[in-house]
Amino acid sequence: MSDELLQIRGLAKSFPGVKALDGVDFTARAGEIHALMGENGAGKSTLIKVLTGVYRRDAGSMSLDGREIDPAFPREAEAAGISTVYQEVNLVGPLSVAENILLGRLPRRFGVINWRETRRRAEAALARLGLRLDVRRQLDSCSVAIQQMVAIARALDVDARVLVLDEPTSSLDEQEVAALFSVMRKLRDEGLAIVFVTHFLDQVYAVCDRITVLRNGALVGEYRSDELPRLQLIGKMLGRDPTPEAGDWRDSNASAGEILLSAEQIGRRGHMNPVTLDIRKGEVVGLAGLLGSGRTETARMLFGIDPAENGEIRIEGRPVRLTSPARAMRAGIAFCSEDRKAEGIAPNLSVRENLILAMQSGRGVLRKLPLSDQLELAERFTAALGIKTPSPETPIRNLSGGNQQKVLLARWLAVQPRLIILDEPTRGIDVGAKAEIEKLVRSLRDKGMAVLFISSELEEVVRDCDRVVVLRDRRKAGELSGAEISEHRVMQLVAQSDA
Amino acid sequence: MKDWFAGGRVLYPLIGLGLLLMFDFFFVPNFFQFEVRDGRLFGTVIDILNQGSKVMLLAIGMTLVIATGGVDLSVGSLMAVAGAVAAVLVTRSDLPVPVVCGVALGAVLLLGAFNGVLVSLVGIQPIVATLILMVAGRGVAMLLTDGQIVTFENEALVYIGNGAFLGLPFTLTLVLAVWGGALLLTRRTALGLFIETVGDNETAARFCGVPNRLVKTGVYCFSAVCAGVAGLIAASNIKAADSSRVGEMMELDAIFAVVVGGTALTGGRFTMAGSVTGALLIQTLTTTMVSLNVSPAIIPVPKAVVIVAVCLLQSDKFRAEIGRVLGRKAMA
Repeated sequence: MSDELLQIRGLAKSFPGVKALDGVDFTARAGEIHALMGENGAGKSTLIKVLTGVYRRDAGSMSLDGREIDPAFPREAEAAGISTVYQEVNLVGPLSVAENILLGRLPRRFGVINWRETRRRAEAALARLGLRLDVRRQLDSCSVAIQQMVAIARALDVDARVLVLDEPTSSLDEQEVAALFSVMRKLRDEGLAIVFVTHFLDQVYAVCDRITVLRNGALVGEYRSDELPRLQLIGKMLGRDPTPEAGDWRDSNASAGEILLSAEQIGRRGHMNPVTLDIRKGEVVGLAGLLGSGRTETARMLFGIDPAENGEIRIEGRPVRLTSPARAMRAGIAFCSEDRKAEGIAPNLSVRENLILAMQSGRGVLRKLPLSDQLELAERFTAALGIKTPSPETPIRNLSGGNQQKVLLARWLAVQPRLIILDEPTRGIDVGAKAEIEKLVRSLRDKGMAVLFISSELEEVVRDCDRVVVLRDRRKAGELSGAEISEHRVMQLVAQSDA
Repeated sequence: MKDWFAGGRVLYPLIGLGLLLMFDFFFVPNFFQFEVRDGRLFGTVIDILNQGSKVMLLAIGMTLVIATGGVDLSVGSLMAVAGAVAAVLVTRSDLPVPVVCGVALGAVLLLGAFNGVLVSLVGIQPIVATLILMVAGRGVAMLLTDGQIVTFENEALVYIGNGAFLGLPFTLTLVLAVWGGALLLTRRTALGLFIETVGDNETAARFCGVPNRLVKTGVYCFSAVCAGVAGLIAASNIKAADSSRVGEMMELDAIFAVVVGGTALTGGRFTMAGSVTGALLIQTLTTTMVSLNVSPAIIPVPKAVVIVAVCLLQSDKFRAEIGRVLGRKAMA
């Protein structure tokens, strides 16, 4: 087809220990907006980074307009006509709007910068997006939405033919998103090929012509968006069959007791719309939903990291103010972050030190846990959770992901919390460790602990949870309990449209 | 024992110090000669310990600051403040010397708290936050002394920097006391663990309920007190508060001592034994140069060479590289 502007065939890229892309095809056509969809680890960002010259591919071919391309660094991709706007706005705040648009290619005359020409070109670039503003303004003083537009204008100034938008809407409000969409449609009608990465399903169907789905580094398929119902799309992203399973049956949870924590309409502007949920003693409550649906945001509100700005949280009926992790810990809550490396481990400290950290901070700085007790705890939990470490004094960074995760679990189990929030406890660890952690979750429940279980793996949510709260686009989409819980029902709730 | 070696990191500055002392043994006449006069030990080695006491004190405080991922540039100026406060009080009031010293240390403690609040609550980068007092602190000291050098004759105050205790310079007693206190504070309580966690991964520490801000404010306060003690010694040494010169560039010596001693500037694991060794290494180097009649103007050059050498030794990467090169030669 003549309108196939960008053709990627059989693309492969590996990192040590991971095959990030494995034989992926992707086609972007001129005059089309093409959504690139997939859950965590699907390979979206790797694909984009190969496309824009951040990574070199291992195998496969890429051609733009029939010419083979192999960009070694981002400037080369830009020169070829592929421009990218990244998720975090990649601009220089203290400079003016005009400078940001033309940075690195400011027009010169007699060796000095030609400011009049700079302004003219910046204004023209913004006018193409239907935007008029004083380009001499400092970028910092503009809203995030305007900054996003400036980033797009910058991308377009290089005669882009393919424009990649990597989650451009995650920090915009609804009106700003609408404005962005009209710009995207305008650019599409001018014949640009737009690659759009987003986690918001509504947005995909609002603006995209085609959808390509990736999963675990492999291509699932390419579809026309008007021919792919939401439920099918979600099924493809999660790798599950969206048809109802026959004879799904589970025993009602006998161990569930009284309500431990109840959150009433808790929300935080820009993070999460008000959500209501209860968690009982001896109950595993799942938080399901796609990436970006507000699962982690909800957990962070409950643990006081990004405290709720409105609504009320009660523990055993008494209102509590969870405004910091220390307070949440005192209320009996524990939180295992999904980002092990950035928010969980202290990499250079030993397994023992990482394990006792939460307990020690609960005791206060003066009542140091005696070394013998520390070693006893380390030994007990290494045995109980099957943590494989040469010694309790090994720096935790030397352990495998699964074993690090177990140490972090042990860190929180040691403080004997009443509610433990597990955010993606099984991510990035091997199958055996996954099964062990799932088993552990069930045994905690049987001991009367309340568990809030967050996972992208639908299978796990359905298997392990007594109740599932489904989130979509940072709102609660519904709640399932007991026999209602099935992959099909969860996907249906995720797929519902707000419209 | 394990703590002393801190996983081998104290080993390299110790090797450096050992090599330097060996050089001194052969090339500096009378380096290891000791003499007892008036019940007090004298000699070049004793001089090094005495002269090095200030950098050792600063380095002990700096170690904890650097362990949290920060740095304290204001210690040189805080030395001037402590000296100025003490000199002014002792000459213009009848307060007993312990009270004078207490007030001087209290004053720098407040300034340290100011550093700490700027870093932990306001969120200013440590290098900028402490630069404020590095510049302003000396001004405060000058103001206190009206820009003059204030001399004093008070015996008790002069004893701090010049007296002898158990036959050794009293300054050594001060270093050991501060070091011992810091060890008790960090290793007998959970403070050491908290400091190392904050330096290693601040987010993880916060998510575990570690009182980050308190820890950070605390280390700047402690560093300030260490600087205060060093400032009292410096003033006592010359029986005067010389606000414009005292402690000049000493913050850099202290940072060198910590880094050479094996505590990474990125924070995390720390070793005070290493920092003290580093401080002694720097002082020994200076004394060696002076004994060899090297012109003071070019002393920084060999000093820099030694510092670079020890830093390279500390680097795992460099050692691996050297190992490879040597291995290849052995093969050929």
